[in-house]
Formats: sequence, C-alpha cells, structure tokens
Amino acid sequence: MSGIPHDHYEPKSGITKAINSRLPIIGLLYDTLMIPTPKNLNWMWIWGIILTFCLALQIITGVVLVMHYTPHVDMAFASIEHIMRDVNGGHFIRYLHMNGASLFFTAVYLHIFRGLFYGSYKAPREITWIVGMLIYLLMMGTAFMGYVLPWGQMSFHGTAVITGLFGAIPFIGESIQTWLLGASAVGQPALNRFFSLHYLLPFLIAGLVVVHIWAFHHTGNNNPSGVDVRRTSKAEAEKDTLPFWPYFVIKDLFALAVVLAVFFAVVGFMPNYLGHPDNYLEANPLATPSHIVPEWYFLPFYAILRAFDSEVWVVQFASWISFGIIDAKFFGVLAMFGAIAVMALAPWLDTSSVRSGRYRPAFKWWFRLLCIDFMVLMWAGAMPAEGIYPYISLLGATYWFAYFLVVLPLLGIFEKPETPVATIEDDFKAHYGDKAGTPAE
Amino acid sequence: MIRKLTLTAFAALGLSAGAALASGGTAHIEDYAFSFEGPFGAYDQNQLQRGLKIFTEVCSACHGLKYVPLRTLGDETGPGLPEDQVRAYAANIEVFDKSLDDYRPATPADKFPANTGVGAPDLSLMAKGRAGFHGPIGLGINQIVKGMGGPEYIASLLAGYHEAPDCAPEGFSGYYNTVFTAGGYPEECKDEHGAHTVPGSWIGMAPPLMGEDVDFDDGHSNELHHEVQDVAAFLMWAAEPKMMQRKTAGLTGVIFLSVLAVLLYLTNKRIWAPVKYGRKDD
Repeated sequence: MSGIPHDHYEPKSGITKAINSRLPIIGLLYDTLMIPTPKNLNWMWIWGIILTFCLALQIITGVVLVMHYTPHVDMAFASIEHIMRDVNGGHFIRYLHMNGASLFFTAVYLHIFRGLFYGSYKAPREITWIVGMLIYLLMMGTAFMGYVLPWGQMSFHGTAVITGLFGAIPFIGESIQTWLLGASAVGQPALNRFFSLHYLLPFLIAGLVVVHIWAFHHTGNNNPSGVDVRRTSKAEAEKDTLPFWPYFVIKDLFALAVVLAVFFAVVGFMPNYLGHPDNYLEANPLATPSHIVPEWYFLPFYAILRAFDSEVWVVQFASWISFGIIDAKFFGVLAMFGAIAVMALAPWLDTSSVRSGRYRPAFKWWFRLLCIDFMVLMWAGAMPAEGIYPYISLLGATYWFAYFLVVLPLLGIFEKPETPVATIEDDFKAHYGDKAGTPAE
Repeated sequence: MIRKLTLTAFAALGLSAGAALASGGTAHIEDYAFSFEGPFGAYDQNQLQRGLKIFTEVCSACHGLKYVPLRTLGDETGPGLPEDQVRAYAANIEVFDKSLDDYRPATPADKFPANTGVGAPDLSLMAKGRAGFHGPIGLGINQIVKGMGGPEYIASLLAGYHEAPDCAPEGFSGYYNTVFTAGGYPEECKDEHGAHTVPGSWIGMAPPLMGEDVDFDDGHSNELHHEVQDVAAFLMWAAEPKMMQRKTAGLTGVIFLSVLAVLLYLTNKRIWAPVKYGRKDD
C-alpha cells in the first residue's frame, strides 16, 4: 500500500495461506500495522489516534443512549432525565458522550494546527488534507445536531439561530431553511431529522477516516522535519523509519492513557463545565435565552459570523457591488464558511518550497499569531455582540483571512527559509546523539 | 512541547467561555461551602433530609419536582430515608392516575408531582440550570475554582430578599431581590444612561423563607442562612442524584488510567531505548 519500500506479508501456515489467497485481509492488516513510520515523529503526532478513539467512543456511547432516548418534542427532555436517573450507568454514559464531543474537538483542533505548522497539507498530501477538512465539517454538523437532541433551551434556540443562517441566503434562503427544518419553525420535524442525521453522519465520518488514513498511508506520514523518507532502497528507508507496531502503537497508547485520565477527571468531577446551564431547562419557544451561545468549539467561527455587521466597509462594499443582494447577515455567513474554505485551500495558498514550519523563521511568528488569533476569536465568540467585542472579532477575523490569503502566499516568496536536515535519520540523531540507530534485531 | 502546552492551556481557558455567560448580571453570589464540592465531596445525608423537609413544607406549595422519582428518596447516596418512611412520604402525596382517571395516593414508583403554582418553575434541574459563578472576563476560571455555582445561586437568591430601595415607586410589582437579575426593574432606579443604580431586580416569588420556618427533630439550627443552604443542597441532589456514583466512576477511571499510563510509559521507554540510545534491551 505504501510507497515506502518495506517487507510485505507472507502467509506461512496453511490456514493463513488459504485465507489470504481468497481475501488478502491478513496482509492488509499486517501492512497497515507494520507501515514504515518516520521515527522522528514528536508528541503532536498522537492526536490522530485520540481522534479515532473519540469516534469509537461517541459511536458506542451514542448507540447505547439511542436505546433509551425518545425523539419527540414532548418526551425528548424527559427521556434524557430517564437516562440520567433510571438507566443503569446511564448518567455516566451520557456524560461521556457529552464531554466526548469536547475531547473530539480539542483533539481535532490540535491535529489541524499540527498540520498547519508542519506543512502536512502540502504536496503530496493535499487529498489527505481535503478529506480531513470534510471530516471536520461533518463533525461540526454532527455535533450541532447532537446538541439539539436533549431539547433544552439552548438546543432549541441555537437551532433557530443556526438554521436561520441558511435563511440569510438571498432569494432561496427561506425555502432552504424551511426544507432543512421540515417546517417553518423549529419543531417535531426538525428534531426527527436531526436525530436521524446525528446517527448517520458518524458512519460517514468513519468511512472518510478510512480514506484519510489510506491517503496518508500511501504518501507516508509527514514528520517534524518535513523531509521525505528516502525510498531508493529498503535499507535506506529503514534508516528513516520504524514499523508502526510496536513503536508508535505503544507511544500513542501511552498518550491516549494520559489524555483519557484528564478526560475522566473532567467527566467525573466537572461534567457540566463545558456545557451551558440553560440546556437543563426544557425548550420553551416563548422564552428566548438572553445570550444564545454555541458550544465552545464553534465559538471562533461564531465570532467570525458576527464580526461583519453593516458598519464594516467591506460589507458595505459587497452590498453596493451586488446591488444590495449581499447584506450584512449573508456576508457573515459567507465569512464563516469562507474561514473554513480558506483553511481547506492552504495546500495551494502556501507557496513556500520548505514544508516544515521548523525551518521557516518568519512563518513561525505568523503561525503563533494565528494560534493566538484562534483563541481570541473563541473568547470573543462567547462575549455579547456589543461594546468592544465586535471590533475584536473583526480584527481576529481579518487576521484569520489574511494569514491564509496574504501571509501564506507572500511568505513563500519573501521568506528565506533555513536549510532543512538532509534526512530523517540525521534529524533523529541530532536529537538523540550518534548512537541512535535502528533497533538491534 | 512548550507550544503544545501553551495551546492546551489556551484551549482550556477558552473552553467554558460559553458557559460563563449563563443568566447574565453581576449580582453577588455567596460562595457557600457545600459538603459535595470538589472531587471527593459527598452529600450530607442529614442536610438532604433537612432540605427535603423544607421543600415539602414550603417550596412544594407551588413548585414541582416532576423528574425526581419518589423511590430515590431512599437512595444511600441521597437522603437515604428508610423504606417505610419513603412509602409513608409517598402516601401523603396525591397523584393523578390516567388508568383510574382519578387521583390516588402516590407510591415510591411515582415521581414527585409537577408544579401546582402558575409560573412557578419545576425545580428538578434548577441547581444545574443556573450558574452562580462566571468569568473573570469570560474566561471561565471561576467555574473551575468554585464550581458552576448552581446551589450557591439558589441559596443566595433565597437569602437575597431585601427591603425595596427608596428609588422604587410605591407598589412596584414583585419583591426586591439583590441576586435575581431577570425580573422587573423600575425606570426610576436607572440613571440617565439607563444603567441600574441598585443590584438585582423584582422577583415574582414572595420571600419563601424568613428563618425558623421549619423545625428539625434533631434540633438543628433553622436560621435563614442554614435553611437556604439545606434546601439548595437538596435541590442539587434532586438535579444530580448520581453525583456520588459519577465521582466514584471518574476517580476509578483516573486511577486506572494513571496506572496504565505509567506502565505504558515504561514500556514505551524500553521499546525505544535501543533505537534512541543504541542500547540493547536490558
């Protein structure tokens, strides 16, 4: 499967020969597990495993929760309380699922920013990156629809706000919103279809995860040096890589255990910290909460959505040039989806010949600023849209777009990168000394 | 590594910004020291029983607890009433039975009745539906340090009734409460910029507790500041009856995973030693 030369599976016993000649599944598993992996991967390369675990955790806990949940506007909230009070272990399963979403997004953001720093999106891994972005979009859709299911106050009014975004599309928006909700307002049809899709999308994600892994198993992992594994011979490739099992499996499992220890502390000791108290009040269409705030992982993009009001000159310009078709609300929606789109286009916007940010002195600073920008946007997204906060959001949104549309293209031209190490082996030895080598067989 | 830590720290800070903006306002919420706070805190059974008594004799006149099954009053990790007392307690409540099309005395299999007073919200989840602590500046740190503050909010609100300030017009609807921020507020108490000059607002609920409202068999203090804490603790239990089980499961998970992490760390170190330092397995 991989372009890196390595030993392939040879069935030895009669039964494995018999199976493998009919369905090469043992060979597939062997090659996947023994894939040559750059030996200089650092601790930022653990998030993929954490994410895979999160997907499994969410599906398993979710399937159990579905056994006790009722997707009906009059019963959904009560069925959640039934899970919390009557179902054996239900309270813990539900809290695992609830906070599992937060772990999922924490991991995906670290995973994405790892990719952005080390240039993992660059050729030849563009498809891995694009598939990853699709997974991320599906995750956001799934998480949003999952948040609707408890039918609390924030579920209900958040749904009204988010589906209202589609209503902002000129001419056809209202029809789309009605089509999405199955009615003119949030109600039973919306709850039913969101429940259906919340169950379906994770399996689509699982399918895309297979494609994501397939893609980078074909190109090989990126690594902190950004230098390619030498592929001229097996002997050379083995100087740069180690098999995934046991080296990276054990390393990743260790990281997983540490992350899960923290996760269990959150679930056990402060399970509602990341949620919103209003969602413990049953949905009431007549009482709108004073601040409608999405879950924390949507906040940066929520801030971008709200940053563009009719006072901003680009909004006025867009409105003027489109004869008023693009108003402030629609502009905000375009900006929010655009913020993810520019990230997906990073492989073509980044013009630098050097892959890893480690060897790009100017890029490092712009990247750090992007990380801070993301945090500031997250914070601004939670604040009320008044006073100084919209300006902070606007500043943050501007830098977000500038980073992808201006900084990445220009840096490649003006920045003088350092010379990367010649080989991954050199990088590994630079870290661990000359004695470092391949394991004694 | 440093960068990762920084990222993680920032992420943690940003996390609860959403939760930090619950019911708005900046009223002072007293940080009562409840027995169930922190990773090892547990409900105080006597306190829950006192809270139950206050709820039964005072709150239940208007408020319901429609999600709380009566049988859970016997839970070891809850009020822990003996079985006969649970049954006796239930028998004092009338519930409507659809199959009989009539009222009948409740059994432990029934739930507390829903609210009877118009506009009095159900209290089953009130302790989780309110956050007493926020910030600072939307960072959510106070909720890590002090907790979400649901029971603190309830206790503070019940103790938050005061004589109406002079600015309020005679006969302004409701009762002045310095903690409740979502109620009516007279124009006369706003300054020329529309800002509030006195904290809180006017709540519809008449002061339910004045102190010495309930007598406890064991002679426990029934002063107001004790009563409000007892009933807030009871409502926290009503909202989160499995808190003890949750903490135990969480702690078990943390311990188990920590041990596993240590073992995996040592395994990882040993596997990588020959690769990193050219050593043979030792």
